[in-house]
Amino acid sequence: MADVNITVDGKKVTAPAGTLLIEACKSVGIEVPSFCYYPNLSLQGACRMCLVKVEKMPKLQTACTTVISEGMIAITNNDEVRQARKSMVELLLGNHPLDCPVCDAGGECELQDMTFSYGAAESKFMEAKNHKDEQQWSPVVYFDRPRCILCYRCVRVCGEAMDVWALGVQNRGVVSVIAPNKEDHLECEECGMCIDICPVGALTSGAYRYKTRPWEMNHVGTICTHCGDGCKTTLGVRRSDSGMQIVRGDNRDKSGINGDFLCIKGRYAFDFADDPQRVTTPLIRRDGQLAPSTWEEAFELIGKRFAEIRDKEGGRAIGVVGSNRTTNEENYLLSKFARVVLKTNSIDHRRTADFPAFAAAMVGKPHAAATMRDVFNAPAILVIGNNPTEQHPLLAWQIRNNVRLHRARLYVINSRPIKLRRQATSFTEIPQGTEGQAAAFLGGDDSAAEALGSGSREMWVGLRDKLRGEGKLIIIFDSAIRGKDISALVKFGSAVSGAKFVCLGDYSNSRGAADMGLYPDFLPGYRPIADASTFKDEWGDMPTAPGLNVSQMAEAAAAGTLKGFYVVGSNPVGGLGLDPFAFSNTFVVVQDMFLTETAQMADVVLPSANAYEKAGTFTNTCGDIQLVKKAGEVSDVKSDFEMIVRIADATGFEVRKLVPFGGRGTSADMGQSRGAQSGEADRHVVWLEAHGLEPKMSPFDPMAILDEIQRLVPGYDVSRMNLLAGNDQHTTTVGTGQGGVQDAKLIAPANDNLFTSGTLGRYSRALNSVIENRNPEPAEEVAAD
Amino acid sequence: MHLVSHPDEVKVVSKRFGKGATDLDRYLALDGYKAVQKALGMQPDGIINEVKNSGLRGRGGAGFNTGLKWSFVPKQSAKPKYILCNGDESEPGTCKDRLIFEHDPHAVIEGVVIAGLAVGSHTGYIYIRGEYRYLSNLMQKAIKDAYARGLLGKNIFGSGYDFDVYWHGGAGAYEVGEESALMESLEGKRGIPRIRPPFPAVVGLWGGPTVINNAETLASVPHIILGGAEWYSNLGTPKNGGTRLFCLSGHLNRPGVYELPMGYNLKKMIYEVGGGIPNRKKLKAVVPGGSSTPVLTADEIDAPMDFDSLMKAGSMLGSGGVVVLDETTCIVKFALRTMKFYRHESCGWCIPCREGTDWLEKTLIRLHAGGGLKKDIDNILYLSENMLGRTFCPLGDAAAMPTIAFVKKFRKEFEDHLEARPCAFEAAGSVERLPVMA
Repeated sequence: MADVNITVDGKKVTAPAGTLLIEACKSVGIEVPSFCYYPNLSLQGACRMCLVKVEKMPKLQTACTTVISEGMIAITNNDEVRQARKSMVELLLGNHPLDCPVCDAGGECELQDMTFSYGAAESKFMEAKNHKDEQQWSPVVYFDRPRCILCYRCVRVCGEAMDVWALGVQNRGVVSVIAPNKEDHLECEECGMCIDICPVGALTSGAYRYKTRPWEMNHVGTICTHCGDGCKTTLGVRRSDSGMQIVRGDNRDKSGINGDFLCIKGRYAFDFADDPQRVTTPLIRRDGQLAPSTWEEAFELIGKRFAEIRDKEGGRAIGVVGSNRTTNEENYLLSKFARVVLKTNSIDHRRTADFPAFAAAMVGKPHAAATMRDVFNAPAILVIGNNPTEQHPLLAWQIRNNVRLHRARLYVINSRPIKLRRQATSFTEIPQGTEGQAAAFLGGDDSAAEALGSGSREMWVGLRDKLRGEGKLIIIFDSAIRGKDISALVKFGSAVSGAKFVCLGDYSNSRGAADMGLYPDFLPGYRPIADASTFKDEWGDMPTAPGLNVSQMAEAAAAGTLKGFYVVGSNPVGGLGLDPFAFSNTFVVVQDMFLTETAQMADVVLPSANAYEKAGTFTNTCGDIQLVKKAGEVSDVKSDFEMIVRIADATGFEVRKLVPFGGRGTSADMGQSRGAQSGEADRHVVWLEAHGLEPKMSPFDPMAILDEIQRLVPGYDVSRMNLLAGNDQHTTTVGTGQGGVQDAKLIAPANDNLFTSGTLGRYSRALNSVIENRNPEPAEEVAAD
Repeated sequence: MHLVSHPDEVKVVSKRFGKGATDLDRYLALDGYKAVQKALGMQPDGIINEVKNSGLRGRGGAGFNTGLKWSFVPKQSAKPKYILCNGDESEPGTCKDRLIFEHDPHAVIEGVVIAGLAVGSHTGYIYIRGEYRYLSNLMQKAIKDAYARGLLGKNIFGSGYDFDVYWHGGAGAYEVGEESALMESLEGKRGIPRIRPPFPAVVGLWGGPTVINNAETLASVPHIILGGAEWYSNLGTPKNGGTRLFCLSGHLNRPGVYELPMGYNLKKMIYEVGGGIPNRKKLKAVVPGGSSTPVLTADEIDAPMDFDSLMKAGSMLGSGGVVVLDETTCIVKFALRTMKFYRHESCGWCIPCREGTDWLEKTLIRLHAGGGLKKDIDNILYLSENMLGRTFCPLGDAAAMPTIAFVKKFRKEFEDHLEARPCAFEAAGSVERLPVMA
C-alpha cells in the first residue's frame, strides 16, 4: 500500500495507508496509552485513553480508531491531552478497589502503569466505591468484578480470536459487568486467554491466584510439554522445598511462534510436576516389591545386567523404547546408546504419525515443509482429517486468525463437523477412515472417489481443481494419512505452486523422536539402517540388521528371547496395550516421573525430570526447533540424558565415545585424542571450531549432543545463536528416498482432546478439574505416552 | 395525549392531529399518500433538492440539513440501502414523535417511502421506543393497512417500484436514540454506538448505505413534496426552514405540544403560547431543547427558537422539549434529577460517561442532602468538563453540558446547599440529610 506522511509531535512519520494513528505513533517510539486497543482485535474506542489532538478537529480524537491521512498533524503531549488521560485514570480508579497490595496483577498491571505515568495522586471522590462480589467461573478462571475496567479485551479475544464467544457484557452503565456464558460459570475451552489479556487483575488464574508476587518469581521462557505444536510458555518459578515450584504459565511477552496464544495445557497443566505421586527415589524390585534404593546401586545393577545380557545373548536380546516428550538430545543419545552401547537396533517409540513416509515424500523439496508461522500467513489452507481445535490448539489458532485477519481460504475435509468448519470456505464431509482415499484422489487416483461417500464425482473433481488453483496452499494432515497416501498428497501439492505441508504428530517432541531415529530401521535423519555408513564412521561399531519394533519386542519377551527392556519416558503398557506379563522374565528398566503401568512391572524404576526441569531442544510437528529451558533445579530426580550417560558408564562404556565432551584445547590440537586411531583430525572438534563453539565440559551437558545433532542430522544445521536467543527455527529434515515402508499398524495417534494429555494429563489437577474434562467429546481411546 | 392549540400555531406536521388519520381512508381523504404519488413522478435528485432547499433540518436534535444527509448516500451500492425512522424518542421533556405516531402514523410511512425513492432504497424500518408499546400497535396496524391497499410492498401505486416497511420495537434504552446504536439494536445486538467513520450514509444498517431520520423529520417530508420547498422554507427563518413541534412542559398554565414556525420567540412561547407561569410565580430558568441542552436563565429567554440562534445563546434547540422552571425549583435537585437519568441511561461503553455520570450523581445526591463541601462544586465542574467532548458518543456531552450550565449559571444555589444547610426549596425534613465529609 502507498505510504502516508504525517507529523506527530513535530516528528515526521511515514507509514502505509490504512495505518492507525496509534500504531504510527508507536513506530517512532511515541507511546499513546490505551486499554481497550489491542492489535488484531476489533476496535472499541471505549477507554478514551488514547485521545490525542489532531489538527483541524475540534475535539480530541481516539488514536486507536483514527486512520492516518496525508499531511495529518497530531499532538500527543499537550496540556489538553495530558489532562484527558489524567481524568480517564481518575475516573477508572474511582470505583476500582485499589487492592493492589494483594492483587495478582500488582507489579504487572497496566492500570498501575498508566496511573504511574499519567494519573493523579489525589482522589476527588468521597462516596463509597461501587462493590460487586467476586465470582468463580471455573476452576481455572476467577473474576474479581470491581477490578474490571471494562476494556472488553476478554470478550473479544474469546469471541474473535478463539471463536468461543463465552463472554459478554451484562447490564449497562456503571453497573455493566462482564459475564460468562453459563450465567454463573464458564463452559468453554478454558484456554485462559481472557486472563492473559486482562490489563488489570480482574480475571485471575485459579492456579496462580494469591500464590505469590510477580517479582518473586523467576520467569523462564520454555516450550510447553504437551501437544506437538510447540508453544512457548513462560513459567513463573518459585523456590520450594524440593528445589523449585512452577506456579504460573503464560505468554505475556508474545515472543514465541504462538504470539498471544496458549491453551489450557500450556497455561495450567504444568502442575503434574509437583504431583505427590511422583517417584522421588530410585526403586529396585526386591522380593517382588519395588523398594527404594540409591542411585549408585541402581546404576550399578542396570549397567551390570545390560552388559551381561548384551555379552551373553547379543544386543538383539535388549529392546529400547524412547519417548515423544524427551528432548532431541535425549532421543539422539538414546538412539546412539542403543546401537553403540547395547548393540541393538531394537529401538522404537510410540509413533503418532508416519514421519518416515513424510520425510521420504519430501525428498528434493526441503523447503516444502510449512512452519507454524507459515500457517498464519498462507493465503489458502487444506486440512484433511484431524480436529486441530482439540488436538493442535495452536495450529487451529493460526488457521482461524489467518482466516479472520488475512481472509485466507480454508478447505476442510473431515469425517466429523469439526469446529474449524466455521472458518472454512469449503467443508467436505467424508466417511470415517477415508482420509487416505481423499489424499489418493487428490493425488490423481480418480477411483478413490468411490470411497468418499455421498459427494458426487463432479464435486470432488471440482474441489480438486479449485485446490489446484490455489497458490501457496498449505496442506495439513495427520496420522490418518500414511505411506503411499502421503506420497500421493505431496505429488498433488507439487502440482500447486508453492504448496507446503504439515504432518501432524501428537506430543511435544514426536517429530524430534522421529527425526532422531527412535526406529528399529532408521537412524537419525531417517537414514535407513542398511545405509548406516555415516553414523558408523562417527559412532563406531553397531549392528547392521533392523531391530524389533515395539510390538515385536513384546512378542520376543513372551517368547523368552528379549531379556532386557529399557523404557525411557514412555508407557507402552498403558498406551500401546503391551501385555505386562510377557515381560515376566525380562529385566525391565523404566525411567519415568510416575509409576505408570509400565513402571509397575519394572525391575528398576528411575525417577526422571520432566521437560520443565531440564534443558535441550524440541522439534514441533511442523519441524520448528526451539530451546527447552530448565525452570530450576529439582532434587530427587535426574534428567533422562544424565541417566542414559550414567548407565552407559555403568556398563563400562567409555562415555566420551557417547557424548563428545571434554576440553581438548584449541585449534592447535585438532582432537588427536579421538581421531588418533584413524589418523584423521577429530571431525567434531573441527566442526565446533568452524561454528565458533566451545567443547562442552560435562558428559551431562545436552548441548554436547546438540553439537553432534547439528553436525550429523541433515536439516538441523540451524543458527545456534538464534536458537539460544529463544527463536524458533525451521529444520529441513528430509529422508533419503527410502522411507516409505512402515507398518501402518504401529502408528497410534494420541487422540487427546483439549483436556487430556496422555499420562501427564492424568496427573494434572488443572486438566482434571474443569467441567469440560468430565464431559468430554465422544469417548475416544484414552491415550498415554 | 390531550391536544392543545394556539392561534400562533402553523399546522403542517400536526395538521391531521385529532382528525382520525390513523384510519387509512381518513388519511387518504386528508391528502394522504399524494406526496408519494408525486414523488414517484420525480427524479431522485429532484426529491433530494426539494428537501434540501426546504431548509428542513433534523428534528432529532442535531439539526443537520436533511436533504444534504440524503445526498451522501452513494448512488450505486452492492448492498441494499435502508431508510430508518428513528422513533426512539427518549429525551426528557420531549413528546412530539409520540403525537405523530398517535395521530398521523401514515405520514411517517409516507416520509419513509419518499426518502427511499430519493436514495434508491427499497426497505424502510420504523424503530419505535420500547416504552411506546401502544403506539407500536398503531404503527403496525398502519403498515398492515397500507400493505393491504397496495401502498407498500410490490409495485407500489402500480409504479413498478417495490418498497417494504417494517416496524421494530426498542427495549428501553435512551442510548439507542443515537443513530448507530439504533442500528446495532435493530440488528439484534446491544445498543452500543458504532465507531465513525464510516458514517451510516455509506455503511449503516447490515452494512448497507442508510438514511436515518427522526420521525418528525420524515413526517415533514410529504408536506414539503406537496407544498414545495419554497413554501416550507418561508414558514421559518432563513436556514431554519418550516415549522417545528415544540413540547412545552414544566411550570406553565397550558403545557402541551404546539407546532410553531422555526424562529418563534422563546419568551413569547412561554408567556403567550404556554400561558405563562401558574400562580404568578417568577420564572427561574428554561431548558430549551430537551434535558441535554444547557439551561437558560430568565434573562436569556428573549431569543428566537432556531438552531443557530440558540447556539449563539449558549444552548441548543435540541429536540424541541422546552422545560420551564419557576422560582420554586431547586436547581441542585433539578441537576440531580437530570444526572440520575443520564447515569441510568449511560450504556457503559466508555469510561468517562460510565464513571463520570455515576460520580456526578453521587456527588449531587450528597450536595443536595446538605453533605457538600465547596470543593464538590468544583469537582462537579471538573468532572463534567472532563467528560465533555471526550466520550464515545454524545450521551456524555448530553450529561455534561447541562450540568456545567447549572453550576455556572446558578452557582449560588449550589453554595447555599453547602455545609449542612438544608435545601431552601424542600419542605423541612423531606430530604434525608447526609453528613458533611471532610
